[in-house]
Amino acid sequence: MSASGSMLPAPLVIGVSFAYLLLLFAVAYWGDRRARQGRSVIGNAWVYALSMAVYCTAWTYFGSVGRAASSGVWFLPIYLGPMLAMILAWLVVRKMIRIARAYRITSIADFIASRYGKSPALAGLVTLITIVGIVPYIALQLKGIASAYAVMTSPLGAVAAQPSQWWADSTLYVALALAGFTMVFGARHLDSTERHEGMVAAIAFESIVKLMAFLAVGVFVTYGLFNGLGDLFARADANPDIRRLLQFGQGQPFAYAQWLGLTLLAMLSVIFLPRQFQVMVVENVHESHLRRAVWVFPLYLLLINLFVLPIAIGGLLHFGPGQMNPEMFVLSLPLDQGLGALALLAFVGGLSAATGMVIAEAIAVSTMVCNDLVMPLLLRTRRFGARAAGDLTGLLLLIRRLAILAILLLGYLYFHLAGEAYALVSIGLISFAAVAQFAPALLGGMYWKGGTRRGALAGLGLGFAFWAYTLMLPSLAKSGWLADAFLQQGLFGMAWLRPEAFLGLQGLDNLTHSLFWSLLVNTAAYVGVSLWRVPSAAETSQALLFVDVFRRTGDAHPVFWQGRAQVPALQDLVARFLGGDRAARLFDTYAREQGVGAVDRLVADARLVQFVETQLAGAIGSASARVMVASAVEEESLDLDDVMRILDEASQLRAYSQALEEKSQSLERATAELRQANEQLKSLDRLKDDFMSSVTHELRTPLTSIRALSEMMRDDDSMETAQRQQFLDIIVTEAERLSRLVNQVLDMAKIEAGHADWHNSMVDMRELLEQAAGSMGELMRERGIALTLDLPERVAPLQADPDRITQVVLNLLSNAAKYAPHGDGRVHLCLRETADGVTVQVQDNGPGIPPEQQERVFEKFRQVSGDEHYRPGGTGLGLPISRQIVEHFGGRLWLRSEPGQGACFGFTLPRTPAPPAT
Amino acid sequence: MSEGLVNQRLMALFAAALALLNFPLLALWDHDARIAGLPLFPLALFLLWALLIAVLAWVVERGPRTGGG
Repeated sequence: MSASGSMLPAPLVIGVSFAYLLLLFAVAYWGDRRARQGRSVIGNAWVYALSMAVYCTAWTYFGSVGRAASSGVWFLPIYLGPMLAMILAWLVVRKMIRIARAYRITSIADFIASRYGKSPALAGLVTLITIVGIVPYIALQLKGIASAYAVMTSPLGAVAAQPSQWWADSTLYVALALAGFTMVFGARHLDSTERHEGMVAAIAFESIVKLMAFLAVGVFVTYGLFNGLGDLFARADANPDIRRLLQFGQGQPFAYAQWLGLTLLAMLSVIFLPRQFQVMVVENVHESHLRRAVWVFPLYLLLINLFVLPIAIGGLLHFGPGQMNPEMFVLSLPLDQGLGALALLAFVGGLSAATGMVIAEAIAVSTMVCNDLVMPLLLRTRRFGARAAGDLTGLLLLIRRLAILAILLLGYLYFHLAGEAYALVSIGLISFAAVAQFAPALLGGMYWKGGTRRGALAGLGLGFAFWAYTLMLPSLAKSGWLADAFLQQGLFGMAWLRPEAFLGLQGLDNLTHSLFWSLLVNTAAYVGVSLWRVPSAAETSQALLFVDVFRRTGDAHPVFWQGRAQVPALQDLVARFLGGDRAARLFDTYAREQGVGAVDRLVADARLVQFVETQLAGAIGSASARVMVASAVEEESLDLDDVMRILDEASQLRAYSQALEEKSQSLERATAELRQANEQLKSLDRLKDDFMSSVTHELRTPLTSIRALSEMMRDDDSMETAQRQQFLDIIVTEAERLSRLVNQVLDMAKIEAGHADWHNSMVDMRELLEQAAGSMGELMRERGIALTLDLPERVAPLQADPDRITQVVLNLLSNAAKYAPHGDGRVHLCLRETADGVTVQVQDNGPGIPPEQQERVFEKFRQVSGDEHYRPGGTGLGLPISRQIVEHFGGRLWLRSEPGQGACFGFTLPRTPAPPAT
Repeated sequence: MSEGLVNQRLMALFAAALALLNFPLLALWDHDARIAGLPLFPLALFLLWALLIAVLAWVVERGPRTGGG
């Protein structure tokens, strides 16, 4: 192969890099603009999941292949850890998101400090640990870009010449360019929620680019360079050195302990790395996005790791072990094949991975440095302190920009000092072990109310010290920047203090060793010191707010503050850090939410003070916000009893509101019942009125005719006898009808009131029906109606009142006679014995009753209306009375009819009457 | 308590994942064998991983949803 054909011109590589960064800037700009227009592009679970993939840095992109080339599958625990973490993320990360949103927490330092009583010391310590821990990680990215650039622009296999002068080192310019870029992205304006939509959009975009680029190289190596995976592994089997990589054990002792250690380390890091906290918790748009992200993010990790082993083995097979830096196989394999475009794509992918990490990390760390390190110190000085005036928003931005620059320069410095001696992965693991120190204080603080500030300080401090002594210092010593005597002989020559074999613990690799000791002393000190003393009021109140965040929402939220405050003083305070306009808007909104309308009518109560403190916490961190609020109001210090009292009041308030709600619900229920009862009464009343008017109407008709005929007879002396006789007949008939009506009304009233007399005896239904048919037979014959009987030979007698039953049968028969056509009418009376009584049916061949009227015939004074067969002889009470009688004996009266088919009334009677319902 | 069910499933899945991806269950796959030309150990790791992702996706996406928020 020719060396000249396998390198690209430097201007091309630099040009493409800048073009890519410009594209990235365009994406971020677009994201910010959409956010301002209220059409967020990141309000989407997929973008959220992709932004989490900022976890994959130059370490993943270049370092994993290097790791795989030297120790096989051992690159994987770093990605299996996040898998484990994501399984629990719906529980743990969601709680973090809820807490961070409720109390405007914008960084991991703020989170821990806020939990332990808003302690500035704790915030500062966490920030320090973060900076020290994260600087090597930034250096790793710079190293990744620098090495990649060198591979792209030097002859393959050549060692890049070290620049003689510091200002000629391209890595410095990479660091400066990234710093400038990050400032524009992340510290352009101040936002009290620390949300950077444009940055997140750019990160998500970068995640797609790096995945596509890596997969492209993987497919090229597997299917271009080799004939698929089978071919690749078959050829690997031929080489014992490479074949060895496909197995678990690589000859190290305690391999499984190391595997577990790495997995747990990655599991903690994926949550506690500042950039992961930033994109996962601070930039989260909606909690529910986590639902999708918890499985999409591990899937992304799986995809990006799919070709790591094939590329590593492919590179080893292609170049031969030890010939090339395996970390750069991603670039050197395409370059070697003369595929400049693919190599350039792979380079851009690596650039994506590195820049994405640097931008997100620098933004997260600069927020911490500003809010948790610099501001607390500045606010103690007279010039910027509590009593000073003046807008500080510009200063806040300046601090953040300087912090970004400082972090990147520190990263560059570390790269320069120690970077060359270490592989990418080893540098990254040092950072992972540093942020893992946050786990006891942070997780403990979220689930255990007993953790105290002193406990957290002790745990973090000791854990950090052990990390530095057992991992950080040895890394510096091995790079030649420290005398390495203490590595071999131990500090002060004491062998048991050897950093990589503390207390003589040997066998573990130095990372697992360090992780074990640092997390052990960290957890022990955190728990031990926390249990030493009773927590203070501030610690208890914050512990309650954090641990029970899912249980405390809405107005029952306790506010742990008491004292006196003035609204204008509070508004001035907010204006200092957020700007006058923002402050005015915030207060207006708050006043509207409280329902008082105008800001000057606001009462400066505990809730307002808490609102102000939360707003400030977003801008300057909770510890500084606490100091500033305390300086602007007259506070009364809370003791533990006060905290408990406030908590009590809040839970009482909640209990009251619950009780109130229950009471109002039961009142509503009672009201509904009463309304229903009232409706029933009203309708009964209406029925009674209808009944009365029907009765009077029915009475008036015969009365009117009696009176009219009588008057005519009185006034007309010359009336003929025959005429007079006819009138008298009518009068008698009408009078009979009147008395029948009155009797039936009385009867009805008696039955309904339960005062009717019942004379029960054994009744033979057959005999009773024959008698009834006999008494009706004459009438029927007169009208030309044929009455047929269908009675069984004998039926068992039953207990009933024979007169009443006769009344029912007669009523049904006379009804049938009334409606059956005169002349050729047919009425059929039938008796059947059933299992528990008898059934009587009366069928006529009249016009029948339409279905919609069938139920109405049993109502009082109802005769089937609009019916030419209507006979004025009825009172409209016969059927209702019959039904009452039948039901009194536990039977049922029914009607079956179809128009044109005649009507069939029937009733059943049980053999033994049901106990009369009164 | 539908929310409680999802939480319990997640915790059980976490325990299963921790067991599957560590000693001694992981050692079951540590043989110098080839399945369809692919080395057994890395293959087993990726398949276990994919399985865990699938189960996790099922639990969080299909599991009973909480009301509101």
